[in-house]
Amino acid sequence: MIGRMIEAMPWRAATLALALLAAPAGGAAAQGHDTLTIGLSQATGTFHPNIESMLAKSYILGFARRPLTGHGPDWRPTCFACESIPTLENGQVALENTPDGKPGMRVTWRLRADLRWGDGRPVTAEDLRFAWEAGRAFETGFGGAEFYRQAYEFLSDGPRSVTLRFDRVSFDAGSAGGFEPLPAHIDRAIWEADRRNYRSRTAYDTNTTNPGLWNGPYRITAVQPGAGVTLERNDAWAGPAPAFRRINIRVVENSAALEAQLLAGQLDMIAGELGLSLDQAIALERRARGRFRFEYRPGLVWEHLDLRLDNPVLRDVRVRQALMLAIDRPRIVQSLFDNRQPVAATAIHPDDPMLDRSLAPWPHDPARAAALLEEAGWRPGPDGIRRNATGERLAIDLQTTAGNRSRETVLQVIQGQWRAAGIEGRIANQPPRVLFGETLSKRQFNGAVLFAWISSPENVPRTTLHSDEIPRAARNWSGQNYPGYSNPEMDALLEALPQELDAEKRRPLWARLQAMTHRDLPALPLWHRAEPHVWPQWLEGIRPTGNMSPSSLWVTDWRVR
Amino acid sequence: MLRIVAWRIPQIAATLLLLSLAAYLAIGAMPGDPIALAMMADPRLGPADIERMRALHGLDQPLLARWWAWLSGVLRGEFGYSRLFARPAAEILWPALRGSLVLLGTALGLAALLGIAAGSLAALRPRWRGAVDALALVSQALPAFWLGILMIILFAVTLGWLPAGGAPDAPGMLEALRYIILPVATLAIAHLAAYARHTAASMAEVLRAPWITAARARGAPERRIALVHALPNAAVPLLSLLALDAGALVSGALITETVFARPGMGKLLTDAVMGNDHNLALLALLLVATTTLLATLAADLAQRALDPRLAERRA
Repeated sequence: MIGRMIEAMPWRAATLALALLAAPAGGAAAQGHDTLTIGLSQATGTFHPNIESMLAKSYILGFARRPLTGHGPDWRPTCFACESIPTLENGQVALENTPDGKPGMRVTWRLRADLRWGDGRPVTAEDLRFAWEAGRAFETGFGGAEFYRQAYEFLSDGPRSVTLRFDRVSFDAGSAGGFEPLPAHIDRAIWEADRRNYRSRTAYDTNTTNPGLWNGPYRITAVQPGAGVTLERNDAWAGPAPAFRRINIRVVENSAALEAQLLAGQLDMIAGELGLSLDQAIALERRARGRFRFEYRPGLVWEHLDLRLDNPVLRDVRVRQALMLAIDRPRIVQSLFDNRQPVAATAIHPDDPMLDRSLAPWPHDPARAAALLEEAGWRPGPDGIRRNATGERLAIDLQTTAGNRSRETVLQVIQGQWRAAGIEGRIANQPPRVLFGETLSKRQFNGAVLFAWISSPENVPRTTLHSDEIPRAARNWSGQNYPGYSNPEMDALLEALPQELDAEKRRPLWARLQAMTHRDLPALPLWHRAEPHVWPQWLEGIRPTGNMSPSSLWVTDWRVR
Repeated sequence: MLRIVAWRIPQIAATLLLLSLAAYLAIGAMPGDPIALAMMADPRLGPADIERMRALHGLDQPLLARWWAWLSGVLRGEFGYSRLFARPAAEILWPALRGSLVLLGTALGLAALLGIAAGSLAALRPRWRGAVDALALVSQALPAFWLGILMIILFAVTLGWLPAGGAPDAPGMLEALRYIILPVATLAIAHLAAYARHTAASMAEVLRAPWITAARARGAPERRIALVHALPNAAVPLLSLLALDAGALVSGALITETVFARPGMGKLLTDAVMGNDHNLALLALLLVATTTLLATLAADLAQRALDPRLAERRA
């Protein structure tokens, strides 16, 4: 009997252990909606708002701090830390001359009275003065160097009043770029002690859970580097109370694992700003429509093919137009993306207030493409690929980011569609680091490169279209005009646009800019990428913006049904 | 033994020095330095800004001078800052190393245990040979990412018994165990085949040796022959396998860490190299190299201890 009991014990113990281990995965759903667990596909390094620009950081900080301004879901500028967006009409923008007599402007923001850091101290003009001083000092290494260069003087006539003087006129100065309050009472001493190493010594990274760093509805209470962040309600927040006591952000970089954790109940939702790929979300929706809600928001991510205009073949605008006409974009969008992404006419998004609606996207027209190629001297060869009078084949190198399954598929489809038009597409994809770090930035490509630009509403595309912005060794490869587009009329437009403060007077300038890029095609527009948001059925109030202001900035609107 | 150690340690130091130089030059020559990334993030940086940034970050210096500065720092115990994680590189390395040691240590321990048991079984009981070979074949043929995803679908998504990956929110051994079962099982299955095959082959050879026949003739029981006489002798070639796996312990398991979203050295190394995080990548590479070299030395010493003929032959 005893022997039998002893023999049976290990099995019983094993059964008990298995039963304990196999308890349902604790998961987000079991936490009674007091905690929200969000999946993201990218980790963030620094938590400093002004050092390095990352989507993941922007999303996380949306819960924990208020920038001065942003763009709302309607894409209009909106105030977060200020009371109203400065305009000429409300007197917060004034035109003036700089001390050396150039046209300039003075912009004033009035800070919200109820905004406090998590340690109870009010957010004041001193916090913005510190941000401005640190931004102006080049060795600090803040992003947006141009903004701080232009804002040459800081003035304040009270703890809630901030005025910057700019050495030029610009219609978007009121939206303040990345200018936002930094906690001077914590970080100023660190910065003053060692400006050059402030990047690595800031309290945002050495003491991230310090409540005094955060002035939003939540504050960061735990960081697992590369793996996640925990946020809890900020007691000093005076705005509307957020619904969740705690928000866990979990970083799962592999999208299949991200989806598995959602289905296993470990995640409540996946952020559209940085989560599943569109094709993966569409496939998931077919399988799990009843369990989750899906929303697709086309955003300011413009997928396109940059063309190397120095290439003698691509220099001919007829060839570029033929390449465009040979791509059946509606069919690609329908078959690969379930019609969730709008086909682009130009880089300007359909929701942008300055879109010229009279300009239709290029159609798929193989006959017209063939006619244009014939006119340009490219005639079908024995293997179906066109040749010019010297026998040269019409071959274009095609490149994109290796490992991006969606882009690789798109490129293969385009290769097939070009082949049908007698154009050979030679695919040679590269890892993102090589493609962006060398091939594009040093203009080492020779044909077409598929990638995306991220912008903001009414963003003047100077860096991608002005002839001064063509990367060259003499310019230390600065600039993003990778195609090498050079047109004096475009240069003049790009210089005039920012200086026109009247939106209605800017509209014809924008229309001309769009007409020129539509005709000249320095880049072949494909579509505006959609963000797929996946939410649980019980959550409501999230409003995806599609612009650079993440939905997390409106977390106080999120509610449990 | 001491002579070997005294001879090999300077060799290891010289290898590490050369390796650090080669790695530094290779990483430095890769496209996309921090300034190129800053240019992507802030398109309005002008040529003068870029010049100043290069000087500020020391990137205007020749690669060899930069390597020397880095090496001097390392020798003073300063491993530099991680660009990706905005923290000291060493601070980032330890949690990842701990994660890999736990994951791979458990998985490789389990794989070695089961593999040696299966291999021994195949050698001692020839009728089991086919089954063990089949098991080894399946284990070797299953890609880790595929097996991992299958396990997640079955145990996490369909049955809901175990988490699909990540790390536990709540502390406690039991919770930690629940999170590690699937990745450990995935890795153990993938590594089991090598141990099973090597053990089976080595044991079969040893079991044919004259001293085993002599032991049997003396009437020694089969269990004693297997465990006391055959296994220690068959273990000599397995030590090389273990030494190589010790390197894997600190280099991590990229695919398993990615599929199960577990922080570890494999993912850290890849992220550091791809993300241009020089300090972190070099520190991680040197740690992997040091561990592999030291483990190889330890395996050599253990082999000599187990089989004195090796020492005589090499002497």
